[in-house]
Amino acid sequence: MTSTATSAGPASPTFAVTEEQDLLRSMAKDLCKERGTSARVREVMLGDDGLDATAWQQLGELGLTGLTLPESLGGGGAPYVELAIIFEEAGRWLLPVPLLSSAVLGTEALVAAGSDAQHTRVLPDVAAGTTRLALAHLDAAGRITADPGVRAARDGDGWVLDGTAGYVIDGRTADVLVTAVVTDDGLELFLVPGDADGVAREDVKVLDLTRPMATVQYSGVQVADDAQLSGGDAMAALHRAITAGIVMLANEQIGATQQVLETTTAYARDRVQFGRAIGSFQAVKHRLAQMLVELESAKSTAYHAARVLAADDRDELAVAAPMAKALCSEVYERASADSIQLHGGIGFTWEHDAHLHFKRAKSTKLMLGDPKHQRRMLAEVLGL
Amino acid sequence: MREDEHLATLLVNVHKFPAAHASGDAWEDTVGSDGNGRSDGNGRKANDNGRQANGGSAADIAEERAKVEAQIDKLFASHPPADTPEKEFWGAQFDHGLAWVAHPEGAGGLGVSPRWQADIDGRINDAGGSTRNRYLNVIGIGMGAGTVLSHGSDELIQRLLRPMFTTEEIWCQLFSEPGAGSDLAALATTAVKEGDTWIVNGQKVWTTLAHLATWGLLVARTDPDVPKHAGLTYFVVDMKADGVDVRPLYQITGDAEFNEVYFDDARISDDLRLGEVGQGWTVAMTTLMNERVAIGANVSPRGSGAISHALDAWEKLGHDDEVSRDQLVSYWIEAEALRLTAIRAGEARTSGTPGPEGSTLKLHWADLNKAITSFSMDLLGAEGMTYPSGYEFSRPEVTSSRTTDAHVAFLRSRANSIEGGTSEIMKNILGERILGLPGEPRVDKNVPWREVPRS
Repeated sequence: MTSTATSAGPASPTFAVTEEQDLLRSMAKDLCKERGTSARVREVMLGDDGLDATAWQQLGELGLTGLTLPESLGGGGAPYVELAIIFEEAGRWLLPVPLLSSAVLGTEALVAAGSDAQHTRVLPDVAAGTTRLALAHLDAAGRITADPGVRAARDGDGWVLDGTAGYVIDGRTADVLVTAVVTDDGLELFLVPGDADGVAREDVKVLDLTRPMATVQYSGVQVADDAQLSGGDAMAALHRAITAGIVMLANEQIGATQQVLETTTAYARDRVQFGRAIGSFQAVKHRLAQMLVELESAKSTAYHAARVLAADDRDELAVAAPMAKALCSEVYERASADSIQLHGGIGFTWEHDAHLHFKRAKSTKLMLGDPKHQRRMLAEVLGL
Repeated sequence: MREDEHLATLLVNVHKFPAAHASGDAWEDTVGSDGNGRSDGNGRKANDNGRQANGGSAADIAEERAKVEAQIDKLFASHPPADTPEKEFWGAQFDHGLAWVAHPEGAGGLGVSPRWQADIDGRINDAGGSTRNRYLNVIGIGMGAGTVLSHGSDELIQRLLRPMFTTEEIWCQLFSEPGAGSDLAALATTAVKEGDTWIVNGQKVWTTLAHLATWGLLVARTDPDVPKHAGLTYFVVDMKADGVDVRPLYQITGDAEFNEVYFDDARISDDLRLGEVGQGWTVAMTTLMNERVAIGANVSPRGSGAISHALDAWEKLGHDDEVSRDQLVSYWIEAEALRLTAIRAGEARTSGTPGPEGSTLKLHWADLNKAITSFSMDLLGAEGMTYPSGYEFSRPEVTSSRTTDAHVAFLRSRANSIEGGTSEIMKNILGERILGLPGEPRVDKNVPWREVPRS
């Protein structure tokens, strides 16, 4: 028998929550609830940019847009548990802000691969919320490969970039694209201003309108030598960014599932057919009970992963992160699908919010590695 | 730790068959709730076994800790855990107030918060002692003690608790009947009073440990002319008395972990009644609320339990099937998520802020156990058509024997979603107590028991 799959697990996992974290949750909840009303989310998702600039600004004022940056750069240290709480609350309300793209994917990649000078140049503005990052690391087909679809060639003292990056989350509105490119020396990461000459960005027609994605074309884009991140290994930085990303997505998913469970339960209590609240029928009640069981189980993996990320326990993170992403994705997907069914006809309408979660669920399930991919990763780690 | 043992400690009572206690009926009718399905029940004395939220100031906590640790030191000094015979040690543990630490002094406790029990048991185990009495006499120590304490006379408390804790007297629970499973309150075993004696007739079923037991916890119908919950009375019954016949009940594994118990004019002295006549339901609820063990106190290691069978089978298979690998990892994740949830629930209980997570464990565990043990048989291929141990028709000394074998585990797991509350009843409880959904309409609630249709 493999040793890892049956090991004692992390020394002493703890799910304790501090008073400060409770306070943060309540603050995040207030903001997300106020900005994440159905009417506002719909206005934003059908608007030009697909992001709520006001909500983002408010998050920035609260110091939540660069939470995990070093304090010297205007961040708050490494409070990944706190960041996960923000994701959980934002996920509940489908808040259309670039938390994932800028505060996690872009930031983690830049922190891991950038030099001190590059950090100082960009990250304070990211922490303040005035500069938004996006990570362009997938090829046009959405694959992650050693050849990301963009090439960088030497051009005098600088570089010139050509190619296409696909499925860039918040890619059309980002100020800086952290772009994965292949050079003669292999994979590298470059900082490319979103409005640089030769950059053409086009919205993807996305399933989940609350989280825009873009196709980014680089046509002879000239950048200076210091655009190349030079403080760390690019592949490791990408891995780090994606791992942090899936941990945060898992927390977003359980926040959203909690919301789906609560709204669907409320509906089952109120909706009367055959002279009874439909929630009194076991066919309905049992489905909701099952949703609760799955949610509580998924929560444990999401909270655990956030704590492991915060503790910087690399070995356990290789287990906890894919586990959380695989399970939370599927639990959210089932819950959001059941929610439509349990709402009956109204659940299939555009005016009802059930479809917003259904779409977010499918989209986040496939984002940054689907459950099958996560299980393959996990099988490798566990030696199965 | 044996697999079945860790299940017993990880989760709510899974070794006793009666599903009845978990009936939505029971909970809705008699149990006040804080909305989390956790209840402060009826007519119990303070400090009963392991159910208090842990409040208290830091000073109180420090004081309690000091008191408990002083007693542990004394116990270990006079009775070194590794060198004292088990039963003698357990007796001394009782005398030092460390058996059920929340019980009053003199009744096996110190009158402190139950939170300390896990620490005490941990210290004993670490010192090379044993706490397996909690398992050997799971019904008595886990459920009977709190019931006797809450509803028994001082004489009964003095007489019964110590030999219960030392396992000199084993206990069983006589609740379920062939006609009263999920609907426990419909039970039909009668007790009729003659002078100071009750005459008992009827049949109980799924009685763990009855063949070894000295004492049984009995609920019987003493008034058939009132609605079902109101006509019950609770007794402690001498299992060796005339008119009490214990027969093995063989189950699909071929073993008889359980018994049937027949009462044929068995006589119980009125001294052995717990609670008032007609209050049996309330007393039974005390028993059932005492059955929840300290979740999280003893969570099993990663990869143990049912998933270990799948991992073993996967080794045998030579890791050679992509479809099975994906399924295996899925189950591994679910098993680990359940394990983490048990830890989370335990921490929440200890900190006095339990959430819904604790209530979902039994249901999830039952369904997952069935799925994983079935999958393990699939992985075994042709070997899955065999039953290597054979059907022995044995009568094990402890419950859930032999689940260390994948084939037995596969069969035994079918009971997981029936015993200790069927999954259907558990879903009713989650739906009604946690989610606040309305109950089903009742047709038997305000009708004399005698008039309610029965199968």
